[in-house]
Amino acid sequence: MMPARSGRISNVSDTTDITIAGCRTLLRRAGSGAPLLYLHAEHGGGWPPLLQHLAQRFDVIAPDLPGFGGTETPDWLDNIHDLALFTLELLEALDLRHVALVGSALGGWVAAEAALRDRTRLSRLALLNPMGIQVKGLNAADPFLATPEETVAANFHNAPQPTDEADLDTQLKNRHAYARMAWAPRLHDPHLAKWLHRLRLPTLILSGAEDRVVPAANGAAFAAAIPGARHVVLPACAHLAELDAPQAVLAALDPFLTEPTP
Amino acid sequence: MRFFFFHLMPYAALDPDYDQTHKSAWVTLPNSYYDPEIGADLYNRYLDELEYAAELGFEGIGVNEHHQNAYGLMPCPNVFAGMLARRIPKQTKIAILGRALPVLSNPLSVAEEFAVLDNVTRGRIITGFVRGIGAEYHSLAVNPTESHARFHEAHDLIVQAWTRDGPFAFEGKYYNFPYVNLWPRVYQKPHPPIWIPSQGSSETIAFAAHPDRRYVYLQTATPAAMLFRYMQAYRDEATRMGYQASPDQLGWSVKIHVGETDEIARREAKPHVEAFANKFLRMPQEMLLPPGYTSVASMKRIQEAKKTITGGARTMEQMIEQGTFICGSPQTVIDQLADYQRKGGFNIVMAGLHYGTLPAELTRKNMELFAREVMPALANATAPASIAAAADGRAAAAAE
Repeated sequence: MMPARSGRISNVSDTTDITIAGCRTLLRRAGSGAPLLYLHAEHGGGWPPLLQHLAQRFDVIAPDLPGFGGTETPDWLDNIHDLALFTLELLEALDLRHVALVGSALGGWVAAEAALRDRTRLSRLALLNPMGIQVKGLNAADPFLATPEETVAANFHNAPQPTDEADLDTQLKNRHAYARMAWAPRLHDPHLAKWLHRLRLPTLILSGAEDRVVPAANGAAFAAAIPGARHVVLPACAHLAELDAPQAVLAALDPFLTEPTP
Repeated sequence: MRFFFFHLMPYAALDPDYDQTHKSAWVTLPNSYYDPEIGADLYNRYLDELEYAAELGFEGIGVNEHHQNAYGLMPCPNVFAGMLARRIPKQTKIAILGRALPVLSNPLSVAEEFAVLDNVTRGRIITGFVRGIGAEYHSLAVNPTESHARFHEAHDLIVQAWTRDGPFAFEGKYYNFPYVNLWPRVYQKPHPPIWIPSQGSSETIAFAAHPDRRYVYLQTATPAAMLFRYMQAYRDEATRMGYQASPDQLGWSVKIHVGETDEIARREAKPHVEAFANKFLRMPQEMLLPPGYTSVASMKRIQEAKKTITGGARTMEQMIEQGTFICGSPQTVIDQLADYQRKGGFNIVMAGLHYGTLPAELTRKNMELFAREVMPALANATAPASIAAAADGRAAAAAE
């Protein structure tokens, strides 16, 4: 049984600073194998058990995105496209190739926006409960009006847990960056869905059946817009899938990440 | 002391038990709670009260802007100013305090509307700019992390539209216009007065006090002790920037109730002012303080203190004690205002003589007692020169 909580366990990932587009960026990295770039969800970065497991077979690189956690908030951070282009610049700075790009929630949205712009360094794309497109009429929960208790309920189906063990400063910083990216239009970019057909990469979308922030129907529409993409719904899994159901996520991710690229 | 009458226009018929099923009178309170027949009566009654204030001799009457709530039914304050403009005596000013610039889609249209009112009234409008309440960033789906930047840019656009010859290009980040060319131009020179209502952010105080602006700073919803501190902060900032602030640059927006005696006043006011505080203002923190609306430092202070202006039920007695509500006989109200003026050094009082669920008859009585008993007694009251001198002394000491 994997430990359920995320944490910054220094002995399992090396933490370094790298400057990308003038932004001092905190990077966690561990493991060996093909590179896997992990983009965290809106609650902020860390080194959750899911990454510990992936690091057994991959060179896992997990930055704190600009505006979040240990990374600076640069003047240029205005919208999700800035994070997408930051991601591409990070791939170049680290000279990573054949990268599996994995993103959760807000990080999934960033991953899709980045892959649409330039997929030359990418081998495949896995998105957990990705934000980024709007399916009208879903009546999803509003994360910005939710109380702390309601937020925990929306994020977790199994073991409710604090989404961030960070100090209050970091939590407020993350929440600010989240709002800056996703307040309006709420959790999506109206110009993303119409170009998703250009995402010619092996793509897996995972949805938590109990996610009320990004309902599974949203994941289905996301996958339907990408040629050949697969959509898997994980039962008993809420919004922060990597923390709420890490074993189920791993079981779905593992065969996808290890199958040969076409 | 100079007196203005201020109206919030709440939906006074709000079912007070709404809070058994809903968190707030803002954003998500179903509008099925609003009855248009009752609302029509309220609107017309409230407009009558504003017109009556003008007749009673207030220097001006004030309206403001709020969106999608039962707390204040004026989403479009310039419409209200327009309805009043030609019905009030020729000497009465209309203060629109203020437009919530960041949550509006086009600040150039705000510049236009104000310019029209300025012309029609021949320069009797006072304009105001605010950022809006945090809840309004939910209601109007505007990104609160852009609030400050949008406010400053919209302000610059409006002032330039009023003062520069058009057409010219305004090239901002959020607002970008190839042709700014206002028809009509403003009537007042160089432009209508700008007042800045605020709950006391130091950034806003410094913005208003800047020598290029010298905007009237209007303190809202604040305990008296904080009021004195913010007024002093404005004077200190002015001194630091090389000039002495006048008491006419400082105002206080406060709810007031006058009765024949202290006892009568308190009895009349109690249920209605408590409804204001505990029903109309009720808001959870997520609604009141979206990310970016205040600095991370202030958010942290608030989270750690776990208290907001909406925290916990408040009694009238607490509000009187704190100085967020002035209530009593004419002499009590005169003494209180004179004392606050001595300590705060302001000249402008924006009197909220209707609040919460105060009924029409009591509102009129309150207005009449205030206008006939309190205003004349304080007409010549001025802020003591010693306050400004003290500010000079402190700044000099700080400079050493």
